[in-house]
Amino acid sequence: MAYAIGDTIAERSVHLDRESLVRYAGASGDFNPIHYRDDVAASVGLPGVLAHGMLTMGIASSVVVAALEPGTRILDYGVRFTKPVVVDATDGADVHVLATVGAVDDESARIDLKVTFDETTVLVKAQLRVAV
Amino acid sequence: MNPELVGREFPPTPPYLVGREKVREFARAVFADAPQHTDVEAARAAGFADVVAPPTFAMVIQDQTLQQLLALDDSGIVLARTIHAEQRFTYSRPIVAGDELVGQLKVTGIRTMGGNALITSEAEITDVDGAHVVTATSVLLVGEGE
Repeated sequence: MAYAIGDTIAERSVHLDRESLVRYAGASGDFNPIHYRDDVAASVGLPGVLAHGMLTMGIASSVVVAALEPGTRILDYGVRFTKPVVVDATDGADVHVLATVGAVDDESARIDLKVTFDETTVLVKAQLRVAV
Repeated sequence: MNPELVGREFPPTPPYLVGREKVREFARAVFADAPQHTDVEAARAAGFADVVAPPTFAMVIQDQTLQQLLALDDSGIVLARTIHAEQRFTYSRPIVAGDELVGQLKVTGIRTMGGNALITSEAEITDVDGAHVVTATSVLLVGEGE
């Protein structure tokens, strides 16, 4: 696969609801109740039940991996968590992922991820590097 | 926050056997719909021994190591005031079903800002032969107590 700086690798919107959060809690083992209980979230001053940061990070890499050749080797992947994704009990939340090529050298390509919820960036410095 | 945590190393976690159905369950939970995560034939055709775990699956092992840190009597870390600030994975190879993995945690840095503290730790995840698989680095922000 050829990588050119600025190319869009993938773009996708993922709809999350409370079931998504419970499913991720079970799969990951992270049962912090701020991810499924409104009363607990409110008691620690949060604006609502939040998606796990690691769920958002996982969704972003899923969008990239699905667009690459299946044998592509991932070298590293890192993010900073800046804003929470609030998942409304009725309406859920839509997380939007845009993956573009940010840098290329002889050995690797850096894929930059813009991950937004409600027009706000929720992950910064989200970068996944693959072997070329 | 206890500054003497820096440099502290923890014992390796018990071996974690990565199950095929666990990989499929995790893949579904993170909307990972590439076939190599769920279809053994597709994974083998792509050069893997079995279904491939999504990149963030390493957090399952990392979490076991962080539980050791949180369980310390002298850490000064209160979970209710702790926020996940940064996460990074550096891979030698992907995790596939059938792997037996061990994690070993090391606290590499503590930085204080006002009453808050940023604690950086590295979980080195290896297979049963001791070969490196992935290093999971996390930064936790621990808020000021009352």
